[in-house]
Amino acid sequence: MARSAQPVSATPGIVAATFIVAAVLAAFLAIGSRVEGTTGLRAAEWQAVRFTVAQAFFSALISVVPAVPVARALARRRVPGHALLVTLLGAPFILPVIVAVLGLLAIFGRNGWLNVGLGAVGLPEVSIYGAHGVVLAHVFFNMPLATRLILQGWQAIPAEQFRLIAQLGLPPSVVFRTVEWPMLRQVVPGAFALIFVICLTSFAVALTLGGGPRATTIELAIFQAFRFDFDLGRAAVLSLLQLAVAGGAALIALWVLPPLVVQRGQDRLPQRWDARGVGLRVLDAAWIAFAAGFLLLPLASVVIAGLGGLMDMPSVVWRSAWTSVWVAALSTGLLVALALPLTAWLAQVRHGGMESVTLLGLAASPLMLGTGWFILIFPFVNPASLALPITASVNALMALPFAVRILLPPMRQVMTDYGRLSAGLGLRGWPFWRIVLLPRLRPPLGFAAGLAAALSVGDLGVVALFADPDVATLPLQMYRLLGSYRTDAAAGAALLLLALALGMFWICDRWGRHRDPG
Amino acid sequence: MKYTLTLAATLAASTALADTPVLTVYAGDYFTSEWGPGPIIETEFEKVCDCDLEWSTGDLLPRLLLEGTRTKADVVIGLTSDVTARARATELFAPHGQDNSALTLPIDWTDDTFLPFNYGHTAFIYNETLMDAPPASFDDLLALPDDVKIVIQDPRTSISGLALVLWVQAVYGDRSAEVWEALSDNILTVTKDWSASYGLFTDGEADMVLSYTTSPAYHMFAEEDFTKKAAIFPEGHYFMVETVAKIAGTDQPELADRFLAYVMSRDFQTIIPTANWSLPSALPQADWPEGWSELPLPEKVLFYSETEAADLQASAIETWRAALSQ
Repeated sequence: MARSAQPVSATPGIVAATFIVAAVLAAFLAIGSRVEGTTGLRAAEWQAVRFTVAQAFFSALISVVPAVPVARALARRRVPGHALLVTLLGAPFILPVIVAVLGLLAIFGRNGWLNVGLGAVGLPEVSIYGAHGVVLAHVFFNMPLATRLILQGWQAIPAEQFRLIAQLGLPPSVVFRTVEWPMLRQVVPGAFALIFVICLTSFAVALTLGGGPRATTIELAIFQAFRFDFDLGRAAVLSLLQLAVAGGAALIALWVLPPLVVQRGQDRLPQRWDARGVGLRVLDAAWIAFAAGFLLLPLASVVIAGLGGLMDMPSVVWRSAWTSVWVAALSTGLLVALALPLTAWLAQVRHGGMESVTLLGLAASPLMLGTGWFILIFPFVNPASLALPITASVNALMALPFAVRILLPPMRQVMTDYGRLSAGLGLRGWPFWRIVLLPRLRPPLGFAAGLAAALSVGDLGVVALFADPDVATLPLQMYRLLGSYRTDAAAGAALLLLALALGMFWICDRWGRHRDPG
Repeated sequence: MKYTLTLAATLAASTALADTPVLTVYAGDYFTSEWGPGPIIETEFEKVCDCDLEWSTGDLLPRLLLEGTRTKADVVIGLTSDVTARARATELFAPHGQDNSALTLPIDWTDDTFLPFNYGHTAFIYNETLMDAPPASFDDLLALPDDVKIVIQDPRTSISGLALVLWVQAVYGDRSAEVWEALSDNILTVTKDWSASYGLFTDGEADMVLSYTTSPAYHMFAEEDFTKKAAIFPEGHYFMVETVAKIAGTDQPELADRFLAYVMSRDFQTIIPTANWSLPSALPQADWPEGWSELPLPEKVLFYSETEAADLQASAIETWRAALSQ
């Protein structure tokens, strides 16, 4: 590999990767130092492992498959309120679990709109509870993410290709085979792996909608081992197991990524002359309507439930909202500082497998990370005084795999397109970042930062483990309201949370898409 | 002159501040929020102690176990009876020094380390306007038609869920597995914690929810909603208690003792019902706040001592899991 051909040094990326590995490793070593003998895994836990893997596989599959036609429809159509729709479609992903579950139940629950509708026409009730409910909820959370990732792939196809296709008068099937399929082979395995890992670590959703202990996941077993049995050894073994399953899946998915197809264009938005047939228009409209209905109706019910509660909210909730905003800002800054050098390095590595490093934080269970770090810092400082910076750091680690997945394909593209030329011109290091990379990465960077900010706002994170009683984040405050019968005020807080997360997401995403070439 | 006075006053104030002893009390997270009992307890105790009460919140037992003898806690409040055995084994705690005979619990309490400050019982809550024939006994509950749905908490992640499996064990003993199988058609779902279950109930998703005998009190006194009722069963209800205890290695032993004495005081005990939505541990029923005595409470109370519970817990949870996993 001719290193001199690369205009960006790999060193900062390697430093960032080392930092991540060290942070996770330190947490596990700290926990290991406190293990006092363990009972090993029981039959129930092996059942949990099987269930976890199965539900994560189907959740990822069913999230990704419909995301392909939805993303294609969004890529080649301009519907009214297109930008708003794309932003809103990101919303389920950032909702706190309990809020999303209540939103889903307002539609699919026993008294939900669906069953009321079915009852009105004399059809029997359908139940959401069971393995299918778990998958439904995970698809609700993750299909928007898959859609955005795949949409990004579509938008990266140079406009010139579509113009050429139109001039040659090629049918849609050929377009798919020659242009779209290679792109999907690039994007879909990565999206699948990412969603598989998120669903792997799911726990409250799986339990609530799974209908009972049949739907026990590894993460629940970790929680039980830690909180109820205080068996640190078993908790650590379980989270290593979770890490191994996640890492294995990620390695397989990322390893099969084909080598990059070199595509060069003039950075223009495509005109889709190939997709003007009536049939295709109807098909696309149907997919967009399906996605919008499935994703936005539960959100609408969250908004309706929250409006009444806004008035009931104690003023302290607003203070928590402010706390959450700056934790999210800190977390996003840290995320960008880690993700950019890391992605620049990964883009120069021939095989995709190294990307699984970024999944470490997400797959290692935040509970374990928080506990490990608590053990490490407790002898030196009061952990409560560091609760917020630690929460911001954990949130950044959680968001990292998403950011890298979003940034990596365009980063590879830019490196391929401009790397040699820039290196030949002597454009290296910071000037290369400033002149070549950052302007072209601005849209995915805005999207990644928005996602990180929104995730951080919505995540309860590790703050619950050692919170400072006077400084609470908004999700923590919402759970406190729920825990004190204040259901209405909690619904109001959930609405505020949704607005805040979407607002921060929108600002970052908007910043990214600001430079739309006309 | 004026300036000198101000300066002197400031100095005096800051000296006073520096001399004020600090009592660090570890509590559960919900406890110190604006709508929990923490703030009023702090205000009231600081009026009489000439000290600064500082709360520190988090997961109580995991945190104490991680911190060990280096813990900064002087007092720990909120340890439930299912974790006292484990907490006792740390040898971090000192005797509470209070008179157990002043307690007004429905069971006999002889523990000299963990001092109860409130209690309640497990119960299924329903909305009387939506349920024509609520179950009048546990046996009735098992015989409910399949379309009556109950939501419960997971005994592996929630204290109230654990109390439920012990409740079934106490009422039915060896027949617990059958009981869970009979109930499984009615169990809509199982949630991680109490809040999620209760949310499903108030949203109308479930007909009944596993909660506490005191839950209707919140709706009655805070919302003037008199439709939520606890189904009282003659077979008895499982007793749930929260305790307070003193750390042996505290550097504020006198203050810690004063806090424990304050917990037993009438002032503290009369705060508990409406601040914590639970029953006071050392206050005769005649002295409960207005309306509380009318709350329907079980005549028979079931409870396993911490050693009995420790022996039964694992098998009771496994029975539950196996029966509901089919």
